[in-house]
Order: sequence, then structure tokens, then C-alpha cells
Amino acid sequence: MQDEALAAARSPADLKRAVIATLVGLVYFFPVIWMILAAFKTRPDALATPPKLLFTPTLEHFWAAFHRVSADGAQVFDTGLGRNFANSLFISLTSVALALIVGAIAAYGFARLRVVGRDYFMFYVLVLRMVPPITAIVPLYFLFRVTGLGGSYVAIISVYTAFNLPFAIWMLKSFIDELHQPIEEAARLDGSSHLKILLRICLPQMRAGLAATAIIAFVFTWNDFLFSLLLTSVDTRTVPVAMTRVVGADVGVDWGVFAAIGTIYLMPVLLIAFFLQGQLLRGVTFGTVPR
Amino acid sequence: MTTSVAVKIPDRARGQLFGAHAGPFIGPALAVLCVINVLPFLWSIGISFFRFRADRLNTPPKFLWFGNYLDLIDDPDVWEHFTNTGVMIASSVLIQLVVGALLAFLLHRPFPGRRLVMMLVLTPMLLSTVAVGTFFSLFYDPTFGIVSALVRPFTGAAFAPLGTPLSAMTSLVVADAWMWSPFVMMLLLAGLDGVPPYLLEAAEIDRASPWQRFWTVTFPAVRGVLLLALLFRTIESFNMFDLIYTITNGGPGVSTESVSTEIYDTAFVLFETGRASALGNLSVFVVIVLTRVYFQAIQLRREAA
Repeated sequence: MQDEALAAARSPADLKRAVIATLVGLVYFFPVIWMILAAFKTRPDALATPPKLLFTPTLEHFWAAFHRVSADGAQVFDTGLGRNFANSLFISLTSVALALIVGAIAAYGFARLRVVGRDYFMFYVLVLRMVPPITAIVPLYFLFRVTGLGGSYVAIISVYTAFNLPFAIWMLKSFIDELHQPIEEAARLDGSSHLKILLRICLPQMRAGLAATAIIAFVFTWNDFLFSLLLTSVDTRTVPVAMTRVVGADVGVDWGVFAAIGTIYLMPVLLIAFFLQGQLLRGVTFGTVPR
Repeated sequence: MTTSVAVKIPDRARGQLFGAHAGPFIGPALAVLCVINVLPFLWSIGISFFRFRADRLNTPPKFLWFGNYLDLIDDPDVWEHFTNTGVMIASSVLIQLVVGALLAFLLHRPFPGRRLVMMLVLTPMLLSTVAVGTFFSLFYDPTFGIVSALVRPFTGAAFAPLGTPLSAMTSLVVADAWMWSPFVMMLLLAGLDGVPPYLLEAAEIDRASPWQRFWTVTFPAVRGVLLLALLFRTIESFNMFDLIYTITNGGPGVSTESVSTEIYDTAFVLFETGRASALGNLSVFVVIVLTRVYFQAIQLRREAA
């Protein structure tokens, strides 16, 4: 890998390619840079025309995102954003973990065991993930209201689990399909149960696949807006919904605060985009593109 | 996995080893899907035949037969929103395919710093749609927005991209295409990896022009993933909601309302739950048809591989 990069660096044609690609990448990334810069600009700087590229950075928006000062300046309130971040993290991680556990077991069943009408099942499992979320929310909203679960963690986590499940099943099945089956056959001949084969033989071989599935499901849940908008309450609200509250503030949009929240929220995703590019590829296609 | 187990197992024995019913394995997943996805959907099919408001639970639903559906079909606004959605999907997906292809051709060969450039390009599709939408609405602001600032020197006046139906729709399409072109790029990169280098070399030795090499070697290899990208993005664009909600909120007027925002308004602003369910079911039908095509394409690809 290292040698490859060095060899590439030596060729002038590839160096030219690198320069062009970097420029294109920066242009493409510009709106994100803009947001990150806005998080560090004072309000006059942020809205200056023509836009300012050089300015004295400030951290006030990061503070203001979490604290609200009362009108007389005497008291400082918590904006609840800390709680929103904790909610986003808790809800995303829990629902992804649940979807992965239930999904891995189901994927083994679909990949290895006898299922009458397998393709039919797999198709409708995929459909469940493809339907417009808003059409699912209308009945769910009503269902949760009637059962009294509206706005609870149970409600939102079970919804995200159910919406990540089809994806987890498709992805993990595609990884199990690629495993070398004779090893499992040998284990069967030695009397292992299917659950043991899944846990001891399949899953250890597909750590990369589990990681890819977890990452994509996490990004989907982390960024989702619509389910959270309609199915959470003040206590369980996630950051994307909290962000729109900043936009709806009475004194117009506070761009600095909004950008600060957006910038913090972006961090895990940036890390994923840099370190886990390989895993993303399988994930964005539901594992339907074979390696 | 250095050694492969070469024991030949007779088919009958194999059937016994893996012939167990998958019920206990797929059961839990199906149970979750039934409770959260299927039951509510059945409820929504049922309620779509009634006049019913979710905010007035004490008023009994009134049975209308197909009244809600007939109303929808008669309503010119609904047709307009389906048309809007169609125009947005067509133009956005087309741009995504072109931009995604250009990015893929630029990035598929290794060069120093490729990982960093990939990060820059991949980030948009991993962003929160609310953050993207809200920031694009700042870019489109007539007074402070960068678009207006770029146009002003030429026209001398402030420019409001969200002011007219056509420019508002263009603004939405730009934001959507910016977010999702990297997705098309990723699929194409996977396809390009599958092009055997010796074929390209052979074509070069045979003095095939770059154009001929593209059409005879590269294009056939990426045709499959291109189709997947097209179908996948069509379905996802059909479901587009967040960007419209944050950038135009359907305006000016109702010119950028899509099917999803119409369902949202009907269900949670007007609280006409029955009608919203009927519209939802129509769009689920559209998505099932699109997914069927997608599924078929996957199977064709599997068989080809």
C-alpha cells in the first residue's frame, strides 16, 4: 500500500491527478467548510457581505449552544442540548445493536436454513425499508398515542430497530453467503447446533461485515429527522430535531449556534468518512454489490 | 482460511445438515417487523377507507368506501405534487449520475492523498439532512446568501433563489444532488474496480481510441451498478422530505411540495388522517413497483456475476 502510494507520487501524471482531485475535493467540500467556519465567526462576521474568509475565531457559539442567559443576564439556563446529544447517542447505539443482533440471527436463517418462499420474504423485507418513512409514521404516531408509549425511548428505539432491521438482514445475509460453507458442514457433522455455528464460526469471520452494517445503520439513525420529529418528546428528542428549534428561534436563525451544533454533530461522521471508507461501500448498497 | 476443507458431502446429507426450518431464526426479526411495520401499514390501509382525524379520537370514523382515494384522484393539487416529485427526481438523479460518474473517473486510480480527498467527497452523503438543508437555505438567502452575493455583481440586484417556483426547485435539486452524487460515485468505483486491467491494456495495444475503450470495456462493466444507482436514488428521492422541509417548506406557494410533504401536511397540520393514509398507500404502491424493478436488477446482476 505504502509502496503503491510512493510509486504513484513519482509519476508526474498521477501527481497532476492528485492536484486536480484535491482541488475538486475542496470545492465539493466547500459547504461543509463554510459551516465549520461559521461556527467560529461572530454574528457580524458570519453575515458579512462579501463573505469573510479571514476573521478572529470565537468559541461563543459553542458555549451558547448549551447555555442560555436570562434576559437580565443574572441566570444561566441549560438549553437541553447536552441531553439531546446523549439521546442521539443512546438511541442510535441501542437500536443499531438490537438490529444487528436480531438481524444476524435472521440473516443466518435466510442464508443457511430452509425458508419457504425465501425470495418473496427477502423482497418484502426490502420493501419495508424502501417505503416513504412518512407513510409509516402516520399509523405509528396513532399507535403510540393509543398505547401511551408516545415520546418514550421504547417507542423511538423500537421504530429505529425495525427500520434498520431490513438493512441488517440484507447486509449480513450477503456476508454469510460469501463464507466458506464446508467448515460449517464439518461443524454440523461434529454435532454443533446452528446457533453455535453462527456465533463461533460465522460471526468471527465477518467482523468487517458487522462493522460495515453497524456504521451505515448508525449514520442513518444518527442523521434521521422525520421519525424523531414526530415520535419523540422533549425528554427523548434527538439533535437533528433540536437543530430545527434553533432555526425556529424568535429572533431569526442564530447561524453561529446552528453551525456550532452542526459542527459537533458532524465529527463522528467525519471520522467514519476518513477511516472507514472501505466499509461504507458495501453498506450504501445494502450489500447488493458483491465484492 | 489457508486450507480449504475438501470433504465431499453427498447432497442428501447436506440437506439433513442445513435442512432445518429457519423459523426460530427468522421469527424474532419477522415479529419485530410485523409489530412496527406491517401492523401499522394494515391499520393505514383500513383507515384510508374512513374519514378520520387522529386529533379527535372521540369522533367515530366515518366509512367512505373509496372516497378518500377518489378525492385524491380528482384533486389537481395532488397531481401537481406527484408531477413536482417526478420532475425533482428526474433532474436530481440525472445530475447525480453525471457528477457521480465524473467524480468516480477522477478518483478511481490511486494517487497520493486519495483517502483525504475521498473523505472530502464522501462527507456530504453522511451529513444530517437538517444541517444540509438549513445551511443551503442560508446560501440561498437573498441578503446574506452566497448565491445572491455571486449574482449581484452581474445583475446589480439581490437575488432570491427561493423566490420563484423554477429557481426554488432548482435550489432543492442542487442541494439533493450535492448530497447524493457521492453515493453514485461509490457504486461506480465498485464497478470500475471490476474492470480487468488486461482488457484495457489489450484494447490499448489494439489502438482502440479512448472513446472506443470506454464503450467496449469500461461501460459494460459498470452498466449493472449504474442501473442499481439509478433505481436506488430514484426510490430515495421519491421519499425526499427533510430537504424540502428545511429549504423551501414547499414554497413559494405549493410549487415545491412533494408527495411526502403533502402527506405530512395532511396528517400533521390538517390532521386528516384517513386521507393522508390513502395518499401514503398510493405512494407505497409506487415504491413497491420501483423496488420490484430494483430487486429484479439485483438478481440479474447476481446471475451475471
